Amino acid sequence: MAKLELRNVIKEFGETRVCDGISLDVEAGEMVCLIGASGAGKSTLLRCINLLEPIEDGEIFLDGEDISVPGLNPEPVRRRIGMVFQSYNLFPHMTAAENVMLAPRRVRGLSVSALLPEVTALFERFGLADRMDNYPDQLSGGQQQRVAIIRSLAMRPEVMLFDEITSALDPQLVGEVLDVLRALKGDGMTMILATHEMGFAREAADKVCFLKNGKVLEEGVPGELFDAPRQPETQEFLARALK
Amino acid sequence: MTDASRGGPAHNAGKTRRQAYEDQLKKRSLLIAGASTVIAVLAIVILVPMAPGWEKVERSFFNWSVFQRTFPGLLEAFLQNVMIFAWSAPLIAVLGLAIALMRDARSPVLFPLRIFGAAYTDIFRGLPVILTVYLIGFGIPGLGLPRPWNSPYIWGTVALVLTYSAYVAEIFRGGIDSVHASQRSAAQSLGLNDRDTMRYVILPQAIRRVIPAQMNMLIALQKDVALLSFIGPVEIFRQAGVYKSLLANFTPYVGAALIFLAVTIPATRYADYLMARQARERS
Repeated sequence: MAKLELRNVIKEFGETRVCDGISLDVEAGEMVCLIGASGAGKSTLLRCINLLEPIEDGEIFLDGEDISVPGLNPEPVRRRIGMVFQSYNLFPHMTAAENVMLAPRRVRGLSVSALLPEVTALFERFGLADRMDNYPDQLSGGQQQRVAIIRSLAMRPEVMLFDEITSALDPQLVGEVLDVLRALKGDGMTMILATHEMGFAREAADKVCFLKNGKVLEEGVPGELFDAPRQPETQEFLARALK
Repeated sequence: MTDASRGGPAHNAGKTRRQAYEDQLKKRSLLIAGASTVIAVLAIVILVPMAPGWEKVERSFFNWSVFQRTFPGLLEAFLQNVMIFAWSAPLIAVLGLAIALMRDARSPVLFPLRIFGAAYTDIFRGLPVILTVYLIGFGIPGLGLPRPWNSPYIWGTVALVLTYSAYVAEIFRGGIDSVHASQRSAAQSLGLNDRDTMRYVILPQAIRRVIPAQMNMLIALQKDVALLSFIGPVEIFRQAGVYKSLLANFTPYVGAALIFLAVTIPATRYADYLMARQARERS
């Protein structure tokens, strides 16, 4: 059984069909990269998986349990699925450490003193030990994004979703964030990334899916999809993206 | 040419060419501003006393001996304003926030609250303050409540609280709406429920943003306390009226105006300062 299974997921915004029957299997410990032009439905699909957007039709299974049942309480599901956003979305009125500890305190019901060793270890691991008491606007984009990842990890999620998390970063800051993803892959985290970083997808992904107009047009291991794409649309997209 | 003469900061008493030019401009505009102010003040001081009714006005509005006699009494009455202000302001803040949150409630169970919140703001923003003060300040004590619950002092203040919390609620709501939806997404994606999202993520940011606007409401409230004079409490405006009748002279009103200004001008300046600082932080 796959860790996460999407069956024919359909999502519409008004008249526009953003996800048009997407099916996808993600095995435990796998890293799946979603590629495709802006507006192809990558971000929306991630938001649907995290139940930030209700889907029109289809099913989403987490460990074989349907989490897309209309009316299901989304909060317990979201605790198990972490999400990191393109624009970091740190809470500007809290320090980095407070950002990270808010959800574990409120949702996992832990005290600051109980959390501190675990949280400190996360900050140390990702090279931010001296930044715990800084506010987001005192951090660089790369540092903010790493704090956002730590904030998700502190909830001990089983699956992580990354929505173009390097797109807002200056080129020289992209590397430090990708390093975090490599480390998480080493831990065996199950991950889905919407990304424009083709080089990273080729190097690190277990599976790459090319999306266009809300459909998965082609999927495969990175070697196949990047070196020998079958669909003309994939060839065209890759020719432009890799130029 | 030597290095120093090439316009570096070294020459002309350590000023760059641009600094020297700007200093010159500054001197010029200071001179012009000073001259025009002096002319304007002279015009007023010379021309106004030449008006035919000036002597009468001077006697009845700017009478020094009346001022001296009534000012301490006015100050004492102003304490009454301060008291009314001091206990209504926190009530307004709490009630305003509660109404704002009611209007934001999403659950269908809370639908009646939402309707109530909307109706509340519509009604109390739609009525002139003085009308609310009359209706509540005279109407409720008219029910024949026992002392001290028949006091217009209490019900007049209640009228102010009701009116002002409607405005304050709308400002809070604007602040809540101004927090970007991505903040709510981030909080939800961490598994926070709606209540915690509002309390820990949205509200702290919203409240910070509306502080300058709420300062302006405080200043307005401080002045509107004088409206209670129409239903009984002897606050400063009422006291000035008493002196006016007693001495057949309007100077007490001028004294009252000075006392109000002594409070409101610094408060307004402070609100402006807060707003300017916020504008700077956001740019």
